[in-house]
Amino acid sequence: MKLLAAMSGGVDSAVAAALAVDAGHDVTGVHLALSEAPATLRSGSRGCCSREDARDAARTADVLDIPFYVWDLADRFRSEVIDDFVAEYAAGRTPNPCLRCNERIKFTAVLDRALALGFDGVVTGHHARLDQGVLRRSVDPDKDQSYVLAVLTPEQLAGTVLPLGQLTKAQVRELAAARGLAVADKPDSHDICFIADGDTAGFLRERLGDQPGPVVDALTGAVVGQHSGAYGYTVGQRKGLHLTVPAPDGRPRYVLSLSPVDRSVTVGPVEALEVGEVSAVRPLLLADALPTRCRVQLRAHGMVHHCTVRESDEGWTIALDTPARGIAAGQAAVLYDGDRVVGSATVSAAR
Amino acid sequence: MLPEAVAAVTAAMVRTGNPSSLHAAGRAARRTVEEGREALAAALGARPSEVVFTGGGTESDNLAVKGIYFARRAADPRRTRILASAVEHHAVLDAVEWLVEHEHASVTWLPVDAVGRVHPDELRAFLTDDVALVTVMWANNEVGTVQPIRQLAEVAHERGVPFHTDAVQAVGQLPLDFAASGVDALTVTGHKFGGPLGSGALLIGREIACTPLLHGGNQERDIRSGTVDAPGVAGLAAAATLATERQPVTAARLAALRDDLVARVLTAVPDAVLNGDPGSLRLPGNAHFSFPGCEGDSLLLLLDARGVEVSTGSACSSGVARPSHDLLAMGADEDRARASLRFSLGHTSTAADVDALIEALPAVVERARLVRR
Repeated sequence: MKLLAAMSGGVDSAVAAALAVDAGHDVTGVHLALSEAPATLRSGSRGCCSREDARDAARTADVLDIPFYVWDLADRFRSEVIDDFVAEYAAGRTPNPCLRCNERIKFTAVLDRALALGFDGVVTGHHARLDQGVLRRSVDPDKDQSYVLAVLTPEQLAGTVLPLGQLTKAQVRELAAARGLAVADKPDSHDICFIADGDTAGFLRERLGDQPGPVVDALTGAVVGQHSGAYGYTVGQRKGLHLTVPAPDGRPRYVLSLSPVDRSVTVGPVEALEVGEVSAVRPLLLADALPTRCRVQLRAHGMVHHCTVRESDEGWTIALDTPARGIAAGQAAVLYDGDRVVGSATVSAAR
Repeated sequence: MLPEAVAAVTAAMVRTGNPSSLHAAGRAARRTVEEGREALAAALGARPSEVVFTGGGTESDNLAVKGIYFARRAADPRRTRILASAVEHHAVLDAVEWLVEHEHASVTWLPVDAVGRVHPDELRAFLTDDVALVTVMWANNEVGTVQPIRQLAEVAHERGVPFHTDAVQAVGQLPLDFAASGVDALTVTGHKFGGPLGSGALLIGREIACTPLLHGGNQERDIRSGTVDAPGVAGLAAAATLATERQPVTAARLAALRDDLVARVLTAVPDAVLNGDPGSLRLPGNAHFSFPGCEGDSLLLLLDARGVEVSTGSACSSGVARPSHDLLAMGADEDRARASLRFSLGHTSTAADVDALIEALPAVVERARLVRR
């Protein structure tokens, strides 16, 4: 096949491209430039934070002896991922930008362009197995990324090649080292790529400004503190609440919910975080039929719960066998049958 | 590289000797450098004492722009304005912007017309007593437009302002004579005319004050320090001699090939737009088109896969293709700027290369149009 390898500059995508070459495919590498830069007469400043990654990707392409280009998708990335990220927080939800990037950038913008240019598909370094359109967890449970790929439609999956699903991360690094790829021992990337300093609240404050409001105790209804922006909180958070009124029973309180309408943050005891039922919207089914009994994962690298799923007007209602804690609207609910991804939807409410 | 230049470099490389040394080997190296200086000067219509050897075009541009700015400002602190065309190479653009950011300079970007040309009357309108220098390239690296350098230099001299030109694209392609052009400083680099990479020169009039950027041994006329690269100079001089000797023949051959390419591209892709000067005042080996509805990136990838090597605008250090600032300055919108490709013809280009391009192009353009923006 004629494949386009998305090469981030990391070890996973490097080995994925290498395995695609080994498998006899005609592979072309692209690095996606996603970071922002002001449009001025000067053009030297674009992608300063990814310059090294672009170079690492280019060096891998040299070693593999494949053509290599850089595609500028910064505008798409800003409008589809970063703006969405900010808007979701502003609406009191907790988005997963990696999932959105897969959905809108890697497997839409890039895949569409690849297909239009005459490629048969896109190869990426995600840790998940994909065989005959069936998406499964990676054999490496710590690195499994099937959760952030579960939003891909069958059409998108049909144009996708994931060579790493049968490998552990350690094996990927060994393969990279054996091939002399300089990225073999490059550290894993963490956090959100467009928030370089890891300060999500600061990033949001810059874009959303101060939005002060009350912190309300769910049990008493009393205002127990003030905050400068509900976007700085996530459901389940305990630390950094700066409450001025202690709870009557003296027990710690947790963030239970965020309400953008009256800018309130509701806090309460740990039991109140427990959720037995989740509503999810915009469902995407990847199996022939929705199984009644399956398992659900409600956040990246989160716990897996046995559950019973019913169809609802807007999507699915998922009843959990055991309660989950700290379920935030905006996260994906991904259904699994064993290690197979059955479908995904977006959490809209939890009770 | 021209084989004669390779031979000159290799012959000089096997001889030891630092041209600044006083012993026999040093004298031999110095002789290589000075003979190279004389040959380069003769090829470009300059006097040997006007040749300052550098590490290439970027260094020469930086030396001219910053060095002349510093010297002019030192002589009169009011002189802090730089006039530069809006279509300069980044080696000039970024040097100017650095002076703006760090040395209290101000810049006026001289406007260009739709083919990318600066008009002498426009330059005259912007010339004020606070101007430190004027810099306008001899011929544009992207769209190939040749500037009216002699007239522009005359206008600058009406006010006694020094005039620099980046002539990196011009040597071996266009008739070039430093003295006849009237310019005060002129940038050349070897690899653009069959010489070695990393060898260039700044031709600079003896009366033009220029503050050095590199300090040390003052090897080059107190303007540029650093041990002179004798093998590089030998190759640079050999290439310059041949390239200027052959220039009329080269230009005629490339222009004929280029005109054929332009005509056939416009037939193969009727809505393609030729950018730059449609007449003879353009680099003979240059053709530059916009292909409406296509992205230059896509065209490049598809042509590359078919063995046809073309260029989009400039790429930043992470490899991102940027919409050409030259086309934007010429009034193109961003879509048209992103839809453009440069076809460069050089001494290895043949009619068969043009045939291969024309054969591949219609299908490539059609496919590139499938890509959604």
